[in-house]
Amino acid sequence: MKQVIFEIVSNEALTKDVYRMVLSGDTSAITAPGQFVEIALPGKFLRRPISVSDWGGNSLTLIYKVVGHGTQQMALLPAGTRLDLLTGLGNGYDTTPSGDTPVLVGGGVGVPPLYGLCKALLAQGKHPAVVLGFNKAEEIFLAEEFRALGVQVHIATADGSVGTRGFVTDVLKALPYSYFYACGPLPMFKAMETVVSTAGQYSMEERMGCGFGACMGCSIQTRSGAKRVCKDGPVFPREEVFF
Amino acid sequence: MNTKVSLCGIPLDNPVIPASGTFGYGYEFAELYDINRLGTFSFKGTTREPRFGNPTPRIAECTGGMINAVGLQNPGVEAVISRELPRLAQCFHKPVMANVSGFSVEDYAYTCQKLDAQPQVGWLEVNVSCPNVHGGGMSFGTQPEAAAEVTRAVKAVTKKPVIIKLSPNVTDIVSIAKACEDAGADGISLINTMLGMRIDLKRKKPVIANTMGGFSGPAIFPVAVRMVYQVSQAVSIPVVGIGGVQSAEDVLEMMLAGATAVEVGAANLVNPFASLDIVNGLPAAMEKYGINDLNEIIGGAHNG
Repeated sequence: MKQVIFEIVSNEALTKDVYRMVLSGDTSAITAPGQFVEIALPGKFLRRPISVSDWGGNSLTLIYKVVGHGTQQMALLPAGTRLDLLTGLGNGYDTTPSGDTPVLVGGGVGVPPLYGLCKALLAQGKHPAVVLGFNKAEEIFLAEEFRALGVQVHIATADGSVGTRGFVTDVLKALPYSYFYACGPLPMFKAMETVVSTAGQYSMEERMGCGFGACMGCSIQTRSGAKRVCKDGPVFPREEVFF
Repeated sequence: MNTKVSLCGIPLDNPVIPASGTFGYGYEFAELYDINRLGTFSFKGTTREPRFGNPTPRIAECTGGMINAVGLQNPGVEAVISRELPRLAQCFHKPVMANVSGFSVEDYAYTCQKLDAQPQVGWLEVNVSCPNVHGGGMSFGTQPEAAAEVTRAVKAVTKKPVIIKLSPNVTDIVSIAKACEDAGADGISLINTMLGMRIDLKRKKPVIANTMGGFSGPAIFPVAVRMVYQVSQAVSIPVVGIGGVQSAEDVLEMMLAGATAVEVGAANLVNPFASLDIVNGLPAAMEKYGINDLNEIIGGAHNG
């Protein structure tokens, strides 16, 4: 973990309420895809935990959904704003057990960290595929960016407006894969447990206090005892968690 | 310039003490800085048996602070002694403050007796004020006689200084502090969190799964200063000031109110370097206000 002052390079809407913020600063503490940062916002007591979508050199990309006062405040920040971040938080995804053809499964605002993961897997010479779930066409984001990486992108929409009508599980059922990586809401994980056929990793979400393991605010029960989502996670092997 | 103080006969290089529940068992912070720079710290509230604590969400944000309802998650006193303290010994070489909670008088005595026997432990901080667990914790700290009973039971089985941590969620904190002093307490620390609550407008339900939780952060600082001021004038044992401390100036204010040492809580969760920054900021703050020796300002605002 490192405390770093970043400067906003750009901050733009991707959909009605999903934004992409590109920041410039020291990203050296970020060591794995699936890690997150904690952003201090003026007037807000607690920091906001946001997953890292992509990073490299001095550039950090965060994609976040406006869900409350803090993220609303973030959406209004102009380029040039300086922000106090804690970076390199959490364990991130472990790419070693992926096999050659892992599938990356993202639901809604769970999609962003899979982008950095996809790049990491490609850099290792692996052949990932991506399954993205959204409610409807207008909510889709990042699909083009994944395609630009040269990977297969499968989309499921609940209303059938794009891709498979239904959920990510409806795509997964018909897909061969060596391993899975997932980030999304708990109902998606629950549904996945009924269809997945391999080992994999889930990225969990909890309301956090500190984000670095001190307050025990985000603890969950796992098969190997109590774990802190912020410090021991957010990524947990399939066999460790239950929903 | 002197920042050294003495708490119940044990010297502290400075009066800055990260508060229980905001500093784990120390080593998360030891990865970030040399925690020996602190006066000491009060480790995570420890109980007789391991506890997972409350369901999540356990955290809610507020203007000027936060609410937590962690519910005393800890590995239990046996694991603290066999696992956490040896790990701590590698990165912290000062006496540590052992924070203890319980659900019965016997629990408190049992856990305190075990920790009293550990050479690393300097003080026992007995939490009779946790608002987040049912049938225990705070119920001992809201009645003078119950707080005194816990104090007596712990004192009977321990040798080290016993500091009783009090709840602000009471009508008359002075009477409870005096009851603890009369029962043999060596010090009083206050305040624990204030009972608070937030409601999620979207779900129209409490944010915290446990409905209510403990409110902490800079918003409660004036309440803490007031209670330290009242209690420190009514007792002759040292008082440790806790509640919303964020800066070296806040430490000076707490000491003027009557605190011998000062705990830093929620600030550690927002800025992991908060306690170190306060230690580093003390000399400049002392110089600014013409203070040469912190011992000279303890209770300096009394009778004024």
